[in-house]
Amino acid sequence: MSDQTHIPAGHDLAPGEEEQHGVGERILGYVVGLVLALLLTATSFFIAGTDLVWQPSIPVALIVLAIAQMGVHLVFFLHITTGPDNTNNVLALAFGLLVVFLVVGGTVWIMAHLNANMPPMDQIMRMQ
Amino acid sequence: MAMTATAGHAHADPHHIGLVIEHPGPAPKRIVTAYGFWIFLLSDIVMFSCFFAAYAVLSGQTAGGPKGAEIFEQRNVAIETVCLLLSSFTCGMASIAADVRNRFWFYLGMTVTCVLGLIFLVLEFREFADLVARGYGPSRSAFLTAFFSLVGCHGLHVSAGVLWLLTMMAQVFAKGFRADVLRRMMCFALFWHALDIIWVGVFSVVYLLGGAP
Repeated sequence: MSDQTHIPAGHDLAPGEEEQHGVGERILGYVVGLVLALLLTATSFFIAGTDLVWQPSIPVALIVLAIAQMGVHLVFFLHITTGPDNTNNVLALAFGLLVVFLVVGGTVWIMAHLNANMPPMDQIMRMQ
Repeated sequence: MAMTATAGHAHADPHHIGLVIEHPGPAPKRIVTAYGFWIFLLSDIVMFSCFFAAYAVLSGQTAGGPKGAEIFEQRNVAIETVCLLLSSFTCGMASIAADVRNRFWFYLGMTVTCVLGLIFLVLEFREFADLVARGYGPSRSAFLTAFFSLVGCHGLHVSAGVLWLLTMMAQVFAKGFRADVLRRMMCFALFWHALDIIWVGVFSVVYLLGGAP
């Protein structure tokens, strides 16, 4: 195992690592990411407090904006891309996301059904 | 990692019984380290997803206490968000400076990142202290328990990140841009950017969705 810092072409990329670019290009990547992230954040905060859109659409819009911003962070800051040198990183990410969706989605689903099927606490107390 | 590199040789002799072919060997240490740290970050994100799930379930259970809309200050959260976003950017600048071995820009980028992280922590601490002083501590209701544990867990991560950041500056000062120091710097940058991703979830779900009237 060598301690080389520059990986020869044709190798995999570590997460967070970019393909060989000049400094200017790399800085530009971060600037683009920052601008996109700030735009999405500003939109989120604007949407949350506005009366201009149909109110039930606001939660959906907030979730979509959040997922979009996470994508921007992954691509421009963490440099997780779909290139062939990134396969292992993307596969690990996909598995992580699977677990996240199972945990969050499953919890919300089950607990909502429990709440709907169970009478309030004072009724249970009266039944005893 | 060796999979893609050997794919080109996968013909007549898949088990390399005949002649010895040129094998690339294990991936460079830099890739192995960062990949392992990436796995850790994903497991950290899975842990956060449990806190998010708890918050989503408990956000309505206020037990007569305050609702989210009554205690969240949108302006405070916006300032915190901008701080973390800018710190992610300056952290990226510092890691570029480390790669080209430019001490001045490295120290500058890391210092700005540290200051922005500290501003974030101060704002969050003041918000928590204010809530506790008004009697809305984590023991007031299930909603506040979920809120304090989720946001507090993220805050603890940021605190650990700031300590790590100062360690990296000290190591570069004492040891220079050695290969092992650069690997740690890479892991730190991954950690800091991942915290920013989690904060996107926190401000969207906790403050904006949970703060809706």
